[in-house]
Amino acid sequence: MNLPEWLTPNLAIFATIGGVAALAALGVVVLNNAVRSALCLVVCFFMLAFLYFTLNAEMLGILQIVVYTGAIMVLFLFVIMLLNLGPMKSLIQQRDPKMIVGGAMGLALAGMIGAQVLAPLVGVQEPRAPEGFGSPQAVGYSLFSGYLYPFEIASILLMVGIVGSILLAKRRI
Amino acid sequence: MQGVPLIAYLTLGLFLFSVGVVGVVIRRNPIVIFMCIELMLNAVNLTFLAFAKFLPTMTIPGKAPLADAAMSGQMMVIFVMAVAAAEVAVGLGIIMAIFRLRQDIDIDEMNLLRG
Repeated sequence: MNLPEWLTPNLAIFATIGGVAALAALGVVVLNNAVRSALCLVVCFFMLAFLYFTLNAEMLGILQIVVYTGAIMVLFLFVIMLLNLGPMKSLIQQRDPKMIVGGAMGLALAGMIGAQVLAPLVGVQEPRAPEGFGSPQAVGYSLFSGYLYPFEIASILLMVGIVGSILLAKRRI
Repeated sequence: MQGVPLIAYLTLGLFLFSVGVVGVVIRRNPIVIFMCIELMLNAVNLTFLAFAKFLPTMTIPGKAPLADAAMSGQMMVIFVMAVAAAEVAVGLGIIMAIFRLRQDIDIDEMNLLRG
């Protein structure tokens, strides 16, 4: 089997993972059933976790699986099934001009960012990060030394989020 | 992983972000809109990590040379994840409250804030 010169095995792996992620992302927007959208998003997040692994960010890849596909998507599916929407009549997407306008807007956005931001970065080929920069040791050391203050702020934010969501969702306090 | 250029990761991130924007604009189900916001946040995370791997030797003028610039990208991703978790918890709580009020969650019919 003769592969073209530029198609290295690593690039083929990246194209496979990235292609599945892109297809799953399209599925989130296109599919009508909310549960199917959520399952597509789970696939997309898994593929993104594998892409983090290919970027040597092992710690964040694991965090992605645990936090996003584990916690956040379970919360999404829980709420979808709790509301028991099913194929509700009013939520079936109808053809309306909003879809065309939205698609055109997305294309315009992608073209604009692509032309302005991506163009100067085309030649960058060599990774320059030090060895093992994504290991749990490195991430943990950085989080608890240089980024201790934002870390504590994030914990306060999460606690406020917990209290706020209980307040919002409870019938009687 | 050698042999994959930075531009490949950035293009994928741009695609995911654009799909998320389009989904927020065209969908009518607020839960799906939330999922599209998550998609946009993840696209940005991917971009952060790609830059953290490929461009860590860039220095900020006036600061010490960021030997740990590769770390700052990862730290940013961790904080984005934390904020996204809080946002999902509060947002889904709001959707539950609205559903209990109106028995319907069509985003085009929501006009409570209109006064």
